[in-house]
Amino acid sequence: MKKHYLVVAASIALAGAVSATAFAGGPVDEELVIDGEIQMTTRTAAPEGHPLDEVISGWHYRTKETRALEADTFENPAMLGVEDGEQIWNTVEGTEGKSCASCHGDASESMAGVGAHYPKWDADAGRPINIELQINKCREEQMGAEPYAFDKGGQKPLTAYIKHQSLGEPVSIDLTEGEMQSWWDKGEELYYTRTGQLDLSCATCHEDHNGEYIRADHLSQGQVNGFPTYRLKQAALVSVHNRFRGCIRDTRAEFPAAFSDDLMALEVYVTWRGTGLSVETPAVRQ
Amino acid sequence: MAAVKPRVKVPKSASAGEVITIKTLISHPMESGQRKDNDGNPIPRQIINKFTCEFNGQAVFSCDIDPAVSANPYLEFTAKVNEAGTFKFTWVDDDGSVYTDEKEIALK
Amino acid sequence: MTITRRSMLTLSVGAAIGVVAGVRSGPALASAEDAMAKVMEFAGGSEPATGTITLDAPEIAENGNTVPISVSVESPMTDGDYVESVAIFADGNPSPEVITFNFTPMSGEASATTRMRLAKTQNVIAVAKTSTGQVFMDKKEVKVTIGGCGG
Repeated sequence: MKKHYLVVAASIALAGAVSATAFAGGPVDEELVIDGEIQMTTRTAAPEGHPLDEVISGWHYRTKETRALEADTFENPAMLGVEDGEQIWNTVEGTEGKSCASCHGDASESMAGVGAHYPKWDADAGRPINIELQINKCREEQMGAEPYAFDKGGQKPLTAYIKHQSLGEPVSIDLTEGEMQSWWDKGEELYYTRTGQLDLSCATCHEDHNGEYIRADHLSQGQVNGFPTYRLKQAALVSVHNRFRGCIRDTRAEFPAAFSDDLMALEVYVTWRGTGLSVETPAVRQ
Repeated sequence: MAAVKPRVKVPKSASAGEVITIKTLISHPMESGQRKDNDGNPIPRQIINKFTCEFNGQAVFSCDIDPAVSANPYLEFTAKVNEAGTFKFTWVDDDGSVYTDEKEIALK
Repeated sequence: MTITRRSMLTLSVGAAIGVVAGVRSGPALASAEDAMAKVMEFAGGSEPATGTITLDAPEIAENGNTVPISVSVESPMTDGDYVESVAIFADGNPSPEVITFNFTPMSGEASATTRMRLAKTQNVIAVAKTSTGQVFMDKKEVKVTIGGCGG
């Protein structure tokens, strides 16, 4: 009885907080051109069957100073991580005496566009695979090297480096491969499921209230086209699964393990929700 | 961002007397000494505490840096170029390590 | 002492309060007086004048961890008359010192940009000293917000 009261009180309080500053307005009306050269698609018509009319990058919801950091690849602090990734790409590791470059050569050629089309279907594993897991698969099977633990070792910088080779390329994943569609269905279900003491779903903030404020945070659509992302809060690269876990944790729910079935399904669905947006990796966010 | 690594942006050339903008970034956690670990023990301070820029051996610009400077410290400043030569950049860590980078500039 | 249910409750509540109190008392923060004392120390005792120096800082910092700031001082930057240094202070951080930029005539201009940490809403103060003994100051309040959630 008491627990129910608490939940109700919390959701009322939260609803109040979330709708309070509608005056603050939605996304800014500006263009993102990186280094004055690469024109980025940060707003586009949503794909068919999408609940929103327009998909908008999280870049539009940040302050002027944060937006400026992403527009210049020198000033973007995450590029240090991308450079680390490049170094790792060229470093021999494992029993087979290979580096990524041994098979894939120059990443700017072999990885161009690749990051924009993940997650893909992995027939061997019978589940979707993202860049992080693809790296681990290559390490184990081709390099004879240890797979990276979640967010450890070279996982974040290397993922950022690989996805960065798709900078500007519109995100689009193939739902007709294998059983991707059923994982999309599962992801959609999770997206709309309320969790935690605060009884919030992804949709509560990112679909119903994007453009409004939660405390002082300007809510975006919760897109993932810029991950791994440099978050000012951590002053470091942050991965998609880390962000998923953090958001779910903050609804005061138990959060799923990284790369678990639930989070892979969510990644498939949320990636689809950003179809058409340019890959921004490494984006800069709060 | 494991290794400490500097990045510097200097124009390739300048006219004599031109004032150019130099941008520098170095990967470093800039541990302020204010944070505590999961067991409640203070994490010791470790920051880049000094930055210097020289041109052809002469001092141009320097900074004395305190823990309030953000991680991956970014420094942007100017230099007046009168002749061709080499800029030398130095970052000094609390632990005594010194990181350097050099960039050449030609006269237009 | 026999652990009764009541004493267990008192003990755990006491411990919980202790934990909460401990967690809530973060780093001791400096006061505005501490910062102004540092400003006067840097200024060598003379009262800084306003004008000539401009401090650029955002009105609202999206995250207190990384706040871009810029400072610029009008000066001929000749051997006879140049800005020697500009010190930045923050009056609500654990310590007021942030960075000191040291210029030379070879700097061409007395301007610099960096990114700083702000523990909470506070004033950022920039003080310039010139080779001719002049001192100037500018101050900006930066609002530091507490974010929503996530990660």
